[in-house]
Amino acid sequence: MASALHSITLRRLAIATVVVMGAGYGLAFLYAPEDADQGFIQKIFYLHVPLATVALLGFIVAAIHAIRHLRTGDPKHDARSYVSIHISVIFGAGVLLTGAIWAKGSWGVWWEWREPTLVSFLIVFLLYATYYPLRYAIEDRERQARYASVFAITAGAFVPLNFLAVRLAQPLVHPRTFSSAGGLPDSMLFAFLVCLAGMALLWTTLVWFELDAKAASANLGRIRRRLEATA
Amino acid sequence: MIPLAIENADRYVGGAYLVFLLLLLIYVAIMAAKLQRIQRELGSLADLADRSQGRSTDRGVGQVREREEEIEAVRQGGRG
Repeated sequence: MASALHSITLRRLAIATVVVMGAGYGLAFLYAPEDADQGFIQKIFYLHVPLATVALLGFIVAAIHAIRHLRTGDPKHDARSYVSIHISVIFGAGVLLTGAIWAKGSWGVWWEWREPTLVSFLIVFLLYATYYPLRYAIEDRERQARYASVFAITAGAFVPLNFLAVRLAQPLVHPRTFSSAGGLPDSMLFAFLVCLAGMALLWTTLVWFELDAKAASANLGRIRRRLEATA
Repeated sequence: MIPLAIENADRYVGGAYLVFLLLLLIYVAIMAAKLQRIQRELGSLADLADRSQGRSTDRGVGQVREREEEIEAVRQGGRG
């Protein structure tokens, strides 16, 4: 019963993702005006910025699950923390790739090492890329989960600090999405917020889907062990 | 740095969205492969369950026959 309810929710979530993302990118291309400064290339913004925002928030969600895991010892929270990091790392790769394309089109270079926003995001991405070797270097399942949780909390605390440091630093070329000096026009902001909601839904759907796949795999393992014991 | 005059902006925009779609597609392909493995595992478990049920049915039939033979032996003993 619970599993059926779960699959209905996942299906609804997937449909909502498709609808909201479709609406968001429809608005971005058909409703939001072209940027006066950058022109058509600014449309990458509706993909790149929501990806980055959701990836960073995903790392914080992973840290929250990790705290819950350390407090309760429930492996369910460890799985949620692991999957959150996994999907956020994939989104992070998307941020770096789409950002590089935007940089090439807008600034004429694929990467700018003097830009704090770019370098700090790369540091966060590389930090989380070390999560997998760290986790799988430990064989004992309980220790593995505990150490991974400690990592997720430490790295998760680093994310908002990093974000603040970048905001306080002098930007070189990277535009600030929400700055006090002149924000987005309403139509652009609306399209952006719908794209952000769509991206958040996509992240949630993928996390849910992967957790389901993991749970199915674990259940199969349990049934196999029981069947082999009775055979 | 002042933004450059952008030529072929549509190519860059198309490239960025394509990269995102490609990334999503790779993820979906990996997950599909995982689901296929789960399905294979499920099939082999169903076979295992069938075999073990068959064995337990055979065992059940054997036990009934043994019991019948015991009853028959007791009956014949009683007659003798």
